[in-house]
Amino acid sequence: MKRKSWIILGIIVVILLIFYSSAKNTYNTMVDLQEGVNKQWSDVENVYQRRADLIPNLVNTVKGYASHEKETLTQVIEARAKATKVSINADNLNAQNIQQFQQAQQGLSSALSKLMVVVEKYPDLKANQNFLELQSQLEGTENRIAVERRKFNQSAKNYNTFIRKFPKNIYASIFNFDKKTYFEAMKGADKAPEVKF
Amino acid sequence: MKLSKIIFLAGLFLLNFNSFAQNIPDKPNPPRLVNDFAEILTVREKQALENKLVTFSNETSTQIAIVTVKSLNGYDKASFSFQLGEKWGVGQKGSDNGIIILVKPKTRQERGQVFVAPGYGLEGVVPDATAKKIVEHDMLPLFKRSEYYSGLDAATNTLISLTKGEFTATQYNKATRKKSSHLPILFILIAIFFTIFGRSGRHRSMGHNLPFWMLLGMMGGSSNSGSFGDFSSGGGSFGGGFGGGSFGGGGAGGSW
Repeated sequence: MKRKSWIILGIIVVILLIFYSSAKNTYNTMVDLQEGVNKQWSDVENVYQRRADLIPNLVNTVKGYASHEKETLTQVIEARAKATKVSINADNLNAQNIQQFQQAQQGLSSALSKLMVVVEKYPDLKANQNFLELQSQLEGTENRIAVERRKFNQSAKNYNTFIRKFPKNIYASIFNFDKKTYFEAMKGADKAPEVKF
Repeated sequence: MKLSKIIFLAGLFLLNFNSFAQNIPDKPNPPRLVNDFAEILTVREKQALENKLVTFSNETSTQIAIVTVKSLNGYDKASFSFQLGEKWGVGQKGSDNGIIILVKPKTRQERGQVFVAPGYGLEGVVPDATAKKIVEHDMLPLFKRSEYYSGLDAATNTLISLTKGEFTATQYNKATRKKSSHLPILFILIAIFFTIFGRSGRHRSMGHNLPFWMLLGMMGGSSNSGSFGDFSSGGGSFGGGFGGGSFGGGGAGGSW
């Protein structure tokens, strides 16, 4: 009789240990992956910020040559102000927030591409050295945005795949690890605005 | 509540994207820095460039890879370069000091495309405006006359002089991550349990129980083995191959 209760106790202890061990591993990996997603999100915000930082300089340079284009320039400045206002804490990345963020950035993208069309009319501006450098920086920034968004989606995918698999999905729901939302291409937003000079 | 959440999440998962590099060429094996898929260089030219770049890589750990392709497979030249750099891991992990020079030669139907993409770690010394200048001054004029070798030679010389001081050939210790394991603790506890159990049930056969415990122990262990953090270490003709550098979207290109 005594021996039987020992066996049962033993089995319980071992099961608990195995559960603890696998829960701990899963939990820690989930934390690592989640931190990866958060870090990647801040990289995404960084490159958008980089674009916003380029704009005052760009606007000033264009203003010097194309002062008639006040309206377009004002639109860019306003869109920039709107875009920099929207910033999301990585801890609450949900579909709605991301949508909002994207919309603000998209507003800036389209204001910028309008400006670039306008600029076509000013050959002096297009020959300006400062402007040429800003142009390649802007192109580079659009590239960086595309890269970081793709990387964000990849790390979100890694994380989501991990927490959705059995039996990790059980731990994920116990510890409240939610699925991350992807950056989805808006209509036409997967392409960087055409920057032609 | 839980269920609706799960359905919602599953729904999101269905909206998955499938944008992973499918049409990007595979990493060359054995690794090499000059990859002339478009066949625009002679054997001797390839060798000259390869020697120069391998020497530079061995001296500074900075890896400049030249890739020529027949087609960009529908990619934009910039994202082709970044995804290729990322896939091959050009540059060292952590320093991200790789550079991709991508060339798609001009054909009758299509324009020629060229792109210079520095990794994260070199964006400071090769900013976009500089990359643009390299493309426009060193390469495009020569490429227009189909002098691919001279253009690539000039561009790599410029890049080498720009990036020379940035990194030194310190040995990059490949961080062999140790996975923390609970296995020892588990075994100790099992052993403790065993002695207690063994003492009380000494007379009965406990030998045939052993595989059962071993099995449990192994199960506990196998939950550790994730596929995270195992990177393939190169090992080939030049300085150990590509090091796993990463690309952030810097650089500039041109077409002719």
